[in-house]
Amino acid sequence: MRRKLFYHLMKIFLTALLGTVIAAVLVRLAPGFDSDAQQLDPRLSHESVEALRLRRAVNGNIMKFCIYYLAASARGEFGKSLTFNRDVRELIAERLPVTVRIVISGLAVGWFFTVMVALSAAALRFGVYDAIAGIVAGALLCIPTAALGLFFMMWRAPASVAIALVVFPHTFRYARELLVSKYETPHVMTARAKGLGPLRVLVFHVLPVCAVPLVAVAGASVTIALGAAVPVEVLCGIPGIGQLAWQAALARDLSLLVTLTMLVTILTVGANSAADLLNSSQPRATA
Amino acid sequence: MRTLRYVAMVILVVVAAVSIGAPLILSASYETQFRDAPNSRPSHEHWLGTDALGRDRFSRVLHGTRISLLLAPMAASIATAFAAFIGGVGGYLGKGWERVATTTIDLVLSLPWIFLLITARALLPLNASPTITIGTTFFLLGALGWAASARVVCAHAVDLRNNDFVLQARALGVPEWRIAIRHVVPNIQPILVAQFWISVPIFILAEANLGILGLGVPEPMPSWGSLLRELEDLALVPGELWKLAALGLLVLVVSSFQLLMPRSEVRTR
Repeated sequence: MRRKLFYHLMKIFLTALLGTVIAAVLVRLAPGFDSDAQQLDPRLSHESVEALRLRRAVNGNIMKFCIYYLAASARGEFGKSLTFNRDVRELIAERLPVTVRIVISGLAVGWFFTVMVALSAAALRFGVYDAIAGIVAGALLCIPTAALGLFFMMWRAPASVAIALVVFPHTFRYARELLVSKYETPHVMTARAKGLGPLRVLVFHVLPVCAVPLVAVAGASVTIALGAAVPVEVLCGIPGIGQLAWQAALARDLSLLVTLTMLVTILTVGANSAADLLNSSQPRATA
Repeated sequence: MRTLRYVAMVILVVVAAVSIGAPLILSASYETQFRDAPNSRPSHEHWLGTDALGRDRFSRVLHGTRISLLLAPMAASIATAFAAFIGGVGGYLGKGWERVATTTIDLVLSLPWIFLLITARALLPLNASPTITIGTTFFLLGALGWAASARVVCAHAVDLRNNDFVLQARALGVPEWRIAIRHVVPNIQPILVAQFWISVPIFILAEANLGILGLGVPEPMPSWGSLLRELEDLALVPGELWKLAALGLLVLVVSSFQLLMPRSEVRTR
């Protein structure tokens, strides 16, 4: 268990590092990175301009730039947003709770739909119901998240439901297939043949076996929900980190974008690792 | 199911043929403005009406379809090439290489795709031409979207490496490069083709999402994403259903792609 915990902490660290380095390299390579509007200020003396030039020269080497950036991030210094003229840390502290709230409620609603529809489809095995559920899930997979966001904006429906509708088709297919396969295992068929009620079969024989893989998918669905939060927040006008990233992208506020990328990377890898650790701590039910 | 697949294939062929032949069918270009008829309703001259700038919507939908249908496969080719290289080489060579490949794939899969995409897209110079912007957008989609395919290719390459015919070839003293070219590559090919087709609708949807956010194909060139931006003025749509043509066509094409692939292979990102 300790080894697994160490492995996951390393994974979070490495992925965050990779995300930050990719984003930092992209920022460094962006056109216009070397120029600084401050250097054009006629009120500055020659020495001041030279000092500014030297400060930027430190960032000339990509490796150096990454190391400086990571060292500053480790100290909790994420710089200042050019768009908002505010500290990046302040902006994130303000916006993150909004995103966390809609992502958690979206995941809760999405998983409620998934479990309810998949359970009923697997337990009933009623062809028409199963087909309708499959078609609805398939259709939702074919609609861009941003288009769903647009419809939700028009209907003034809660944004979390839009996120739920993005999460649902991804999780439903897997959950349905898993439940159907577990309902067909010999121990479940024996339990049914012995006359156990559907609820007892579900609670004592199907759900314990399905819980482990479903928890793993729940971890992966956090990534989907965070990805969906960007267009939904933008189109529904919700001031979360998705909207912040979009505003930063439009304004080319790259330091803010890099920090947001690093933050979301840590959140997604953290969620996946937590699901994995939860799985490994659970006693395995034998089928 | 087989009938549905045939229908899906026919739809894709017809949509592709009509959109590729668009310049031959249409009288107006996607950027020609009919200044005396902005926001007009469907008519004999303009089958889907005109947009706010007076441009023929039917022409824009067909040209947008052409761009999305031509460039999404390009992005899918890039992603499949990355997947073949990283997954295939790592899986076939095994040991440390396999560990490096699977760790890289896991790390890339954990990255927030859309955040990286908007970061990378935001870096393009403001004065870049629409053609360069389109190419870069789809290249970025391909370059960032290979990891899920690579995982499948890697697993298949590991299976092949331990397969009897590969072991026998190795026991006979056939050089590794020859085993790779003569035995491994032909067996991985169907997996790569499947991964290619799976990636196409994913990139179409990714471009549409970027387009609606204003970070996709720039004006005046149309794409499904940029055409869907028109829906921001949704209050008008209930009485003007023809404005949903681009969305309808997008859903139809993506559904057709989904129907064509095996059920177990449906993947989105």
